[in-house]
Amino acid sequence: MTVRDLSHRQGVLWIAALVHRLSGLALAIFLPAHFLTLGLAIRGEAPLESFLRWSDQPLVKLGESALVFLLMVHVLGGVRLLVIENLPWRDGQKELATIAAALSAVIALFLLARIF
Amino acid sequence: MNVRLYLWQRLTAAVMAPLVLVHVIVIFYATRQGMSAADILARTRGSVAWASFYGLFVVAVAVHAGIGIRNVLTEWSPLEDRPAAILASAFAVLLLILGARAVAAVVLP
Amino acid sequence: MSLWRGAQEGRYETYKVPLRDNQTVLDVVTFVQRHLDPSLSYRFACRVGMCGSCAMTVNGRPRWTCRTHVSSVAKSGRLKIGPLENLPVIKDLATDMRAFFDKWQRAKGAFVPSRSRGEDVERIKPDSAARIAADAAIECINCGICYAACDTVRWNGDYLGPAALNRAWTLVNDVRDGGNTERLRAAAASGGCHACHSHQSCQELCPQQLNPTASIAGLKRRTLWAYLRGEV
Repeated sequence: MTVRDLSHRQGVLWIAALVHRLSGLALAIFLPAHFLTLGLAIRGEAPLESFLRWSDQPLVKLGESALVFLLMVHVLGGVRLLVIENLPWRDGQKELATIAAALSAVIALFLLARIF
Repeated sequence: MNVRLYLWQRLTAAVMAPLVLVHVIVIFYATRQGMSAADILARTRGSVAWASFYGLFVVAVAVHAGIGIRNVLTEWSPLEDRPAAILASAFAVLLLILGARAVAAVVLP
Repeated sequence: MSLWRGAQEGRYETYKVPLRDNQTVLDVVTFVQRHLDPSLSYRFACRVGMCGSCAMTVNGRPRWTCRTHVSSVAKSGRLKIGPLENLPVIKDLATDMRAFFDKWQRAKGAFVPSRSRGEDVERIKPDSAARIAADAAIECINCGICYAACDTVRWNGDYLGPAALNRAWTLVNDVRDGGNTERLRAAAASGGCHACHSHQSCQELCPQQLNPTASIAGLKRRTLWAYLRGEV
């Protein structure tokens, strides 16, 4: 076997970085599908309308809330990085990362609750 | 990742932060109102404002996602720099084309 | 406790070591080598937390073993000790640190004088912003813990690493130094400061309480301005 012992990779900031990367990947994969769906409108309202009705299903709405969570956590995590890189150093990065994740969850759940 | 790629990635990120905020609010509003495709398209068709907003969004996201994908490929896949850069650029072009098509679909009268 | 034996390939071998009060991980490794298995290879020098030679991976975290008490890291009396990550293993707990020091050079982490002995000594105010920034990062003793902890070093073979870039930042802030054009060019290139994702493992684990993440953020700003002005 090889020596690798990575059990220390569990801290808040490492998880924050992983979430940031994975959310970015998920959004990147989602985008072409999103653009193709909107592109249905080229053929008039009806194809877009039937898609919107299909997306009224609870499971799809749940998926859309998940996407909003991924988008918000990616943006807020990114803003935290922009602050680190462009403003004077501030401690409390773990707290900021946790707040960013919590805020994203709240916004996504808020969206979910209001549309049901 | 070098200074040039860094600049474009951070720049597009900064540009998109307020765009994302507006987009999430718009989506929230549209779903809350239970808007149909007809309702949405009535607002977007022929609108220079929406065309500019989402046009900018599409360009920025194509650049941003392209550079992000390039980073992930060079760090997490066995691909070398050059093939990773080509693949990432191809993905960015795909987003640009599909995105421009989507904007045209909802904005053109 | 288990210790890594072998080179890049090998295995963790188990040893039983008496638990004493006020025991450091280095004490435990030394006990193994002196009383259980003289073929064990490891590095140390000062034993008192000044030289950085004894850095190893202890229960998954890179630490100075002479300053790590067994009581604070051993869960239910178990310890897992391996060589530093991200560096080739020479034997057992000793790694080949040449790549670490090569990157130091590539990051232009060496002072470049701008005055000769015939000129007056440069006056530096200790409370100037540049000197404060340099002083905050200057105490690095090249122990390699940040380099071992860094995911980006692991994922990106070109990445110069936190220690080398941290040192470059101190020199960028040294008004006596004359080599900043080359230094910023090195930091702006592929594998330079822009590869850093600010995971902050370096800052969390540095035994000198340095903050390479902040130094690298400073380098990102400086190289960006240099790029926009056409200097790199």
